Amino acid sequence: MSQPISVYLNSILVKRRGKTVLGPIDLDLKVDGFTILLGPNGSGKTTFLRILHGVERASSGVMQWSMPNEQAHQAQAYVFQSPIMLRRSVRQNLAYPLQLIGMDKDEISSRVSEWAQKIGLQDALEFPAPRLSGGEKQKLALGRALIRMPDVLFLDEPCANLDGRSTREIEDLLHDATQVGTRIIMTTHDLGQARRLADSVLFLLNGTLHEKGPASIFFAMPRTIEAKAFLNGDIIE
Amino acid sequence: MNEIWAGIQEAVRLIFSLDADLIGITLRSLEVSLTALVIASALALPFGTWLAIRRFKYRRFAIAVLNALMGLPPVVVGLVVYLMLSRSGPFGVLGLLFTPFAMIIAQVIIITPLIASITHQAMRELWSEYHDLLISLNTSKRQRVAALIWDGRRTLMTAALAGFGRAIGEVGAIMIVGGNIDHVTRVLTTAIALETGKGDFALALGLGFVLIALTLMVNFAIHALSRTEREGTW
Ligand SMILES: Nc1ncnc2c1ncn2[C@@H]1O[C@H](COP(=O)(O)OP(=O)(O)OP(=O)(O)O)[C@@H](O)[C@H]1O
Ligand SMILES: [Mg+2]
Repeated sequence: MSQPISVYLNSILVKRRGKTVLGPIDLDLKVDGFTILLGPNGSGKTTFLRILHGVERASSGVMQWSMPNEQAHQAQAYVFQSPIMLRRSVRQNLAYPLQLIGMDKDEISSRVSEWAQKIGLQDALEFPAPRLSGGEKQKLALGRALIRMPDVLFLDEPCANLDGRSTREIEDLLHDATQVGTRIIMTTHDLGQARRLADSVLFLLNGTLHEKGPASIFFAMPRTIEAKAFLNGDIIE
Repeated sequence: MNEIWAGIQEAVRLIFSLDADLIGITLRSLEVSLTALVIASALALPFGTWLAIRRFKYRRFAIAVLNALMGLPPVVVGLVVYLMLSRSGPFGVLGLLFTPFAMIIAQVIIITPLIASITHQAMRELWSEYHDLLISLNTSKRQRVAALIWDGRRTLMTAALAGFGRAIGEVGAIMIVGGNIDHVTRVLTTAIALETGKGDFALALGLGFVLIALTLMVNFAIHALSRTEREGTW
């Protein structure tokens, strides 16, 4: 296993159009195993992930990874809530992240075949990615994110719109990834999935971090009434 | 009516007998417009792309200027180029007036804003689609531009074709700066205008057919390109 990774946030605040969307957040997060980000719609989960990954900037506050930012970013990958497909074939979508880092052609093509197999798209390699079904796009986006073997993988609702079988396939892929040292930070609305996968939980509500801790404790005895209500499936205001 | 019918017959004969005048004029037209297209594309494609992905203070203003330039009346462009190149103008010493070079300059001025504007729109759309992914993959600036240009290549070609279509069919500006001199600056559109004025419908119609054929080919190509783009079949 590689060295431990953590991220430190000090009064991170995100304002959009004069409205506070996220924060202030103070957090010292050890990124390890499987971290699940929970919270109702609009609570700021996507914003939080995007800030962590650096695709969006906070309005104020400080964030520091346990390594230089450039190096941290290079070792991360992100699967967006709605998958972004390059207007190219499935094969070229998978190969693209590897071409960017100048990997040699033979190595790329063997990795691409391997990952196409893993995501079940081995027979669609020459198919234009934008024309895949929604679920296939999600799998391709996941494969493209994992193909560089990132240290940290962010996932924003990777299983929304997927049926039970595809969800299990993806969970298996994620499990395999954690086995080879990829840490995962993921949002989900599926509490069953959260229970299956989570090592630790972050609970967001109205843009603030309400609760954080090991999954076993969070699910068994949430400290706040809001978290309790959320786990019961109640509507929280 | 008879006169027109005879004109059409004669026009068809001119085309199939590969009439020397007709071929010469067509080739000159292609030469001028294709040269203008290459120069305009070399300016407009990078500029339109740059405008789409770069945030700077006067961006909106630049886009407004670009759109205004697109609406420039060609005749006025012709007039301005004429004044610049005429003997008493700032570039008069170069002796470029009434040469194909002057026509190329006028056409470049006319089609560059058009190509840049279409490029800008297409690239902005693609950039907003790709933005998050390209940032996430930690791409360099150069890699981003490469990805946009490669994946937007069909729209870029469409933009170029639209520019070519406009250039080859343009008459006002090149008439003024080229002077429609036989064997020197006479091209399809100016020749048609002249022959029609003289009442020689045969050559005018023959040239007209060639022009229509070229324009149709350009439009079919644009259509085919945008269809493959829409349906994602490549
Ligand atoms: N650019 C923006 N401008 C204005 N409001 C924004 C912007 N981005 C996000 N928001 C608002 O911030 C809030 C949090 O958004 P976010 O996407 O982070 O929520 P989420 O927890 O991911 O929701 P969901 O579960 O529906 O995906 C929402 O109310 C959203 O409308
Ligand atoms: Mg979200």
